[in-house]
Order: sequence, then structure tokens, then C-alpha cells
Amino acid sequence: MQKTIKRYFFVFVFPTLLAFIVVFIVPFLMGIYLSFTEFTTVTDSTWVGLDNYVKVFQDPTFVRAMGFTGAFTLVSVISINLLAFSIALLLTRGIRGTNIFRTVFFMPNLIGGIVLGYIWQLILNGVLYKFDRTLTFAPEYGFWGLVILMNWQMIGYMMVIYIAGIQNIPGELNEAAKIDGASRWQILKNVTIPMVMPSFTISLFLTLTNSFKLFDQNLALTGGAPAAKTEMLALNIYNTFYGRTGWEGVGQAKAVIFFIIVAVIALTQLNMSRKREVQH
Amino acid sequence: MKNWVVKILALSMVLVLFVGCSGSEDSSQGANDNASNDTQAQTDADSSESTGDTSEGNTEGSVYFLNFKPEIEEVWQKIAKEYTESTGVDVKVVTAAAGTYEQTLRSEIAKNDAPTLFQINGPVGYESWKGYTQDLSDTDLYSWLLDKSLVVTGEDGGAYGIPYVVEGYGIIYNDAIMDQYFASASKSTSYNSMDEINNFQALQAVVEDMTAIKDELGIQGVFASTSFSTGEDWRWQTHLANLPIYYEFKDKGVGDAAEIDLTYGQEYKNIFDLYINNSITKPTLLSAKTVNDSMAEFALGQVAMVQNGNWGWGQINGVDGNVVAEEDVKFLPIYTGVEGEENQGLCTGTENFFSINSQAPEADQQASIEFIEWLFSSEEGKNYVTNEFGFIAPFNTFGDDETPTDPLAKEVLRYMADDSLTSVSWNFTAFPSQQFKDILGYSLLDYAQGTGDWNGVEAAFVDGWKDEKAATAQ
Repeated sequence: MQKTIKRYFFVFVFPTLLAFIVVFIVPFLMGIYLSFTEFTTVTDSTWVGLDNYVKVFQDPTFVRAMGFTGAFTLVSVISINLLAFSIALLLTRGIRGTNIFRTVFFMPNLIGGIVLGYIWQLILNGVLYKFDRTLTFAPEYGFWGLVILMNWQMIGYMMVIYIAGIQNIPGELNEAAKIDGASRWQILKNVTIPMVMPSFTISLFLTLTNSFKLFDQNLALTGGAPAAKTEMLALNIYNTFYGRTGWEGVGQAKAVIFFIIVAVIALTQLNMSRKREVQH
Repeated sequence: MKNWVVKILALSMVLVLFVGCSGSEDSSQGANDNASNDTQAQTDADSSESTGDTSEGNTEGSVYFLNFKPEIEEVWQKIAKEYTESTGVDVKVVTAAAGTYEQTLRSEIAKNDAPTLFQINGPVGYESWKGYTQDLSDTDLYSWLLDKSLVVTGEDGGAYGIPYVVEGYGIIYNDAIMDQYFASASKSTSYNSMDEINNFQALQAVVEDMTAIKDELGIQGVFASTSFSTGEDWRWQTHLANLPIYYEFKDKGVGDAAEIDLTYGQEYKNIFDLYINNSITKPTLLSAKTVNDSMAEFALGQVAMVQNGNWGWGQINGVDGNVVAEEDVKFLPIYTGVEGEENQGLCTGTENFFSINSQAPEADQQASIEFIEWLFSSEEGKNYVTNEFGFIAPFNTFGDDETPTDPLAKEVLRYMADDSLTSVSWNFTAFPSQQFKDILGYSLLDYAQGTGDWNGVEAAFVDGWKDEKAATAQ
């Protein structure tokens, strides 16, 4: 049996492998190659070495987008996880209507980013009009608008993950803690949080990468306005690639740098959180 | 017996578990993917059309046109069908969504089945596509051109882009509201008709007086919103910015320059100030306004004037509850306070140039040329151009009576026919890059909102011009 499987290994793996190569490996390698060239269409390029990478760091908009993205990621990762965990705690207490609440909180996640961006643009502009301001008046408005939007969208999803984690804690642990006379705070700190560490790992990973790679919401909510000051990295790359003639290679170089940053951040975070997980 | 029941029960439980699992997995998966799906869908929509109907019998060549103007997409499809029926040549028309022409062209032209006919927006567009444009100076289409100076020429003098429409822009005004003003007892200027308004001083006096009595006139502001939403600021950073550049180039006797002095910066400020200070919208709210908003305000009679071109008629006419009568829609040149501007006409030119893909098969190139020559010379083709597109065609194959009938196009023709007036040419086709225009737009918005000053605008104009010209010259 084992032998037969081994013999047909290639037959079983080949279709998937082929698809993986065609739609992932090839474009990926081509993308890296193109970042060292100047091109108008992807099949027609000339080698320019590291020129594009030099231009990337001379471009003030890229550095600014990096700062904006970093600040946004920091704020939204903290706020999303804090709120999602609190709601998860509330909704595992057995309050009446728990299921309805869970559904309602989860629903924003089912709406696409572009639609969500436009809806929130209308809502926030409607409020700001009262003060003779718009969302695109200054970058601060756009920043907090994006944070609110992202929270609204992601909290429900993270909440579901935390609820699953909390429900998986064996009841004996809580009971034992209670019998030992632990206060609610002590139970939360010493039992619940350590036990849901795996949920934290996955939630932090998802919020971190999603916030960092945010594109549609950014495009729909502010489109980078005013003066491209609310442009996040993904949108900046898109605008460089499509918006500036002769800068396609630079956009590609930015994308490669972006990929490296995302990979490094995500792997570091994953490693750090993994170490804190309780084995049981 | 008991064993049997237990087995069934266990099996059904497993089944339920499976169904439950797969169900929830699906929904969370879908939610997670949502974000990326939207953008994907957009690009898919662009590219999917091209994969559909490709021509089979390629012996006599086929035409693939990538259309720039979504508003006339249906007419193009009709033309393509009619042409195929009468000549047997396959014509495929794909339209790029508004504002995405460059990126659609970029992905389409890399394919095997690339567009054979596309358009460039002038000398700057030619720079990025010169590897793909064919010299058209031997074609009939070129020989029919009324004004050969409009052509996009390469270094070798070849004709690489042929204009196929003439457009004009200025200040569109609602004559009914103006008449009401001139007849008003509470006005404090001595002007009695639009004919007397032929320079900036007169325009300013009238506009400011109209703002003072706007309630009586039943308007909420003289000018429509100075739209500054992302991608909606081209009326200011491109069209309006053309005027100071036009006069500067005229003084210097050049058509392009690596550096500019912005000698007419004050005039540029004059007209921009007039727009924002007599607007329907508070300056702090401008960053959310779009061109459509402005045109709707004009169509609904909330404002008396809006700066735009003759293509804006469709937008005015298409607004629900439009109260502006066709005969009341008129053009006024954009006066900025330049000496001798009494003789200034509208800004006329084009940024729509046909180019033939030089890397397409010979037969396809020939078929494409024949297709556009048919469009601009045959009776059926000309009928489409003037009556359905509403284009003012710059070719001598069109008779005097073969002109569009919408009010703004008629106004453009009226101004062009008036020998006492000089039309302002479209020098913005020489603007260095989109980046330059965007940054100029940002600085204008900052100035309008009060978060920046006019020095910022001048810096963006002069320094931005120099930097971007240098960057794109490499």
C-alpha cells in the first residue's frame, strides 16, 4: 500500500503542483525580475539593475505611506483585539440572546471592503458636515476613519475566534480556581488568557497582516486624499505602478520590499506568540 | 439489534458534524476572502471581455479598438456590428472603465490578441507608447485633417497620433439666471447683457454682485462646487492651469519648456479665488465634491455658472429634475485678467488621438486604418460621429451642416467661427506628468481649505514642473 502510494506520488501531486507553479511561483519570480527592469508591458522590459530600488527610497510618498501604515496597524491591532476579546468574554457568559449578538457582530465581515468604504465615507462625511469638515480635509480624519472602519469590520471575526478559544477551556479549570477562592480578575489573568493563547496567536496574525496589507477600504474611504497623505503602502504601490509613466519598475520594486516587510513582521509575530502558548 | 441502532445513530451524528463543519468553514472562508475579491473582480471585468470573441478568419485582418470614453460605448458597439455586417471585417470594441484607460491598455497590449487601434492623450502619452505607435502620415485620414498642427508628431516628424475630435471648454452659464440678474432692480453694476462681459474685471463685478443678491436670484451660489475629490480636480489643475501656461508660452513663443516662470500666476489666482469665494460650497467641504456634483448643481439651477467643456452637456442633460432649458446653456471664455483678453475665445483642442498598434500584424493595422477612414468619411460613419457621438470632427470630409446639434457644441462652433476671437490652445498636453497635476491639485485644495497658502501653489507649479520634466526626460 505504502509503496503504491509512493509510486503514484507524482501523479497525485502533479496537477496541484502545476497550478501552484503557474499561478504563484511564475508570477512571483517574474515580479522579482521585473523589479530590476524598466518596462511598459510585462513582456517587454530592459534591465536597469538597482535603479528602481534607489528611486523607491528617494520617493517621499513611500516613506510617508510606510509611517502611516505602521501607525494605523499599531492602533488597529490593539483596538481590534482588545474589543473583540472583551465582547467574546461578555458573550460566553450565557447572557440572553447571545446567539443574536454573535451573529450581529459577525455580519460586517460579510460585506466587501469597497462597499464598506463607501458606506462609511457617507456616514462619516454626514457627521463631519455638521462641523463644516469632510473626511478628506486633513489626514487625521482619514486615519481615524480607517481605524473605525477596520474595527467595525474585523471585531466580529476575531470575536468568533476568541469565543471558540474560551469555550474550549475545560470547565474543571474554572471550577478549581473558584474553589481555591480566585477572584474574577485572577481567573481571567491566570486561567482564561493563558488558555486562549492560541486564539491570540491567530487573531494577532490576522489583524496584523490584514491591517498592513489594507487596500480596498483605503481606496474607497479616502483614496489617499488629501494630497496622498492617507495613502497606505498597498495603495501607494498601486498608484506608483499605474499612475506614473515610466515608474512601473519602481512600483514593482516597492511591491517586493512590501512583501519582505510583511513576511518578516508576520513570521516574527508568529514565533513570539507561539512561545507563549500553553501546551496541554 | 441494539448494535445496529447504535451504528445508525453514530453515522448520522458524523454526517451532521460534517455538514455543520463544512457550512461554517465556507462562511468564514468567504468573509476572509471578501476584501481581496473586490479588487480582483474589477481587474477581471476589464480583462475578461477580451478573451471572449476573438476573430477566427484572420486572412483579411481584424480590428480591436480599446475605447476611452465609456459614455459612448454603446454607439461604438453598434458601429462595430454595422461595419462587420457590411464589410465582413471583425471589429471588437472594448471599453476601459473611466480613469483606467492607461492600465487597461497596459495589460491588454501585452496579450497576443492586442488592441490594433487605441488612443493616446497627446505628447506625454506618446512618450509612454512610442514603442507601439505607427506612423500615419501616409494615410487618407491624415490628409483629411483640417489643422495638421494638432497631430502628435515624433522626433522623425511622423504622425503618431491623429486627433479625431475637437473639444472646447470655458465657463458654462445659465442664460435664464443671467437675464434675471440683468433685469433685477437690486443689482449694483451697470452691465446689462452677457455681451458686455469680455474681461475679468467685468466678470468679477457681476459675479460678486450676484453673490450679494443670490437669494433674490434663487441660487445658492454663482459657481458650482470646485470639485476636489480624488481624481476629480482636473478642471483646476489641468484645464484652468492651461491658461497661465498658454499665455506664458505665447509670450515666449514656445510650445514646451523644461522650466516655467509662471508669469501669469496672479491671473491664475484671480479666477481661482473668484470660483471658491462665490461658490455654492464652503471651501472646507470641497475635498469631497466630484465633477458630477458640480454638473448636477448647475442642471438643478442651484448655480449660474460652472467651468467645464462641451462634453459636459450629457451630464447636464442627464440629471433627473434638470431645470435648465437647452437654449439657456451658453459658454463664456475663462477670463483671468490678462491684458487684451477681450479677444480671447474658448479653450479648444483635444486630448483624444488615434494610434495604430505598430506591433500588431500588418493586415490588422490595415484593417484598423480602413475602419476609422470609413467612420470619418462614409455617410453612415459620419452620421454616427456627429449625431450619436456629438463630436466636432476635425476633418474636411465633414460638410458645414454635418455638425453636432447639442447647445454646447454649437457654442464651441460659434466661438471658433468668430474671427475676432483667438481660441486658447490646449497646452496642458505638454504638462510633464500626472504626478505634476496631482501635486498641483493638492496644493490648490490646501489653499482653498486654508490649510496652505498661495506660495504652496506657485511652488507646486514651478518646482513641480521642473522636477517632473527632468524626471520624465530621462
